[in-house]
Amino acid sequence: MAIIELSDVHKTFMKAREAVEVLMGIDLTVGEGDFVALMGPSGSGKTTLLNIIGGLDGATAGEVVVADANLDELSNRELARWRAATIGFVFQFYNLLPVLNAQRNVELPLLLTKLSGEQRRRNAQTALSIVGLNDRARHKPGELSGGQQQRVAIARAIVADPPILVCDEPTGDLDRENAEEILDLLQILNRDHGKTVIMVTHDPKAADHAKRVLHLDKGKLVQEVAA
Amino acid sequence: MSNFGLLRANLHRHPVRTYLTLLSVLVAFLLFGLLRTLAVWFGSGPAEGASVDRLVVSAKYSIIDMLPISQMNAIVGVDGVAAVTHQSWFGGNYQDGRSFFPKFPVEPRSYFAMFPELRIDPAHLDAFERTRTGAVVPESMLADFGWQLGDKIPIEADIWPMADGNRIWEFDLVGTYTTDSEGQGGVFLFHYHFFEEARGFAKGTVGWYTVRIEDPDRAAEVANAIDVTFENSMNPTKTATEDEFGKAFAAQIGDLGLMATGILSAVFFTVLLLTGNTMTQALRERIPELAVLKTLGFGNARVAWLVLGESVLLCVVGGVLGIGLAALFTPVATAFLPQFGPSALAFAWQTAATGVGVAILLGVVVGAVPAMNAGRLSIAEALRRS
Repeated sequence: MAIIELSDVHKTFMKAREAVEVLMGIDLTVGEGDFVALMGPSGSGKTTLLNIIGGLDGATAGEVVVADANLDELSNRELARWRAATIGFVFQFYNLLPVLNAQRNVELPLLLTKLSGEQRRRNAQTALSIVGLNDRARHKPGELSGGQQQRVAIARAIVADPPILVCDEPTGDLDRENAEEILDLLQILNRDHGKTVIMVTHDPKAADHAKRVLHLDKGKLVQEVAA
Repeated sequence: MSNFGLLRANLHRHPVRTYLTLLSVLVAFLLFGLLRTLAVWFGSGPAEGASVDRLVVSAKYSIIDMLPISQMNAIVGVDGVAAVTHQSWFGGNYQDGRSFFPKFPVEPRSYFAMFPELRIDPAHLDAFERTRTGAVVPESMLADFGWQLGDKIPIEADIWPMADGNRIWEFDLVGTYTTDSEGQGGVFLFHYHFFEEARGFAKGTVGWYTVRIEDPDRAAEVANAIDVTFENSMNPTKTATEDEFGKAFAAQIGDLGLMATGILSAVFFTVLLLTGNTMTQALRERIPELAVLKTLGFGNARVAWLVLGESVLLCVVGGVLGIGLAALFTPVATAFLPQFGPSALAFAWQTAATGVGVAILLGVVVGAVPAMNAGRLSIAEALRRS
């Protein structure tokens, strides 16, 4: 069953009064529980496509339906609520709040729920235990290694139990060993927890962990490889 | 963690910057508390105890000009006047001059008859009347200065030397009086006849007259009639209600309310720029983080409220600390400003409430633009920039 459906999606940016078309008629269907890697050269539109799927940016034309929601029809407020419930984001540079410790960073998305403080703490601890960082709960991001920070970011992405994980170069800032750990973790979340994972990567070895590999070039899907 | 915890954590991002900003807000509100206390005292003090059936007759062009005592009979004769007494500003210093209190030469009987709110034991009034060098003071002054009845109180004249050139006037403390009115509470009263005989110049004059009228509704008419009586004399008068006179008297040292407003406006404008700059800088540094919050599902309004909340929290904490310090510091300031009386300054809860209101307003003004910018922040654009 499809959880992501994109039909003839276009995206155009204005740069110095000139229209630059970044995505040109993307058609994409991702099934529930799939693990898709998006590859392609810089400027091919990977991150833009990921942002559109995650509801961070809107398409200029075409239809984007994710988890039964037509994103074009949602107001800003509805889109924010939808993101909180549906999408977990993992970024290349972790994007943790440096003033909060790991536990509190993970708790952040739960501030938008009606859970009690105690329940929020418990859920955050559970998420941290899934990524194997329970013992680092009180550490601030500056006191953690890159791999550990990315695992905290993944815990933050899954703490509200969203069905989809959107990952933008999640291993781009990590050494091979840490990258493998993160990719294994994403695989576990996909396989054992049923999360649908969309991952942008430049790294073919990272893409090997996905079930499907899509190639983008100059704003078009040019090739699909089944892993 | 709560939303408040998030606000607090963000304020601790750059502790030195936050505490310095907090300190500047604190100092601004400390000044606010002290200046408002002073302005409130000047603004409201003279009006306290003012009566609606009493008028004050002073020299038309300046209240420091003296009036001849011969005018008293003419005033008594004006239609609607029930009684008249007079007072004069003596000035003078007790001891080193740091403990200032007003001193008026008065006619004992007519003075206390004019001001029934000043309660004096008849025996003390008798003693005051029959003792040429007698003086009476508010009961509270005994404790303030460690005086006892029978003491001799030396006052060094600054305006009124004695006829022989001696500047030390010595008074016998013969009685005390009490009052509920702070505005009248701190006056050292002594015998006019002694003053008249002993002073070196301007004999036969008084500072101003206080007039009781029969019908308060005719106050304007009677005041006008008094002034018309002396219109073409050498000593034209200006008659006003006690309240108006008191305010005019206080205004001699300047419009303190206006001065306080001027100083505070400058201080708050500076704090506004300083805190505004801090908040703008803080926002600029955190654009990627705010974008991440939005990514997690925080709506535009919620992110804007978080930024506004930080600004308001900073200003309210600084404001409350500053006002609290002002409240603690007021008695200390009073001790350093004895010329305003031993218990003149009192920190009013209205000043505290106004201060908190101003702090909230300051926080909103300072945080409004950064909050709007945070609310309008485009996630994709902000993440691209990071």
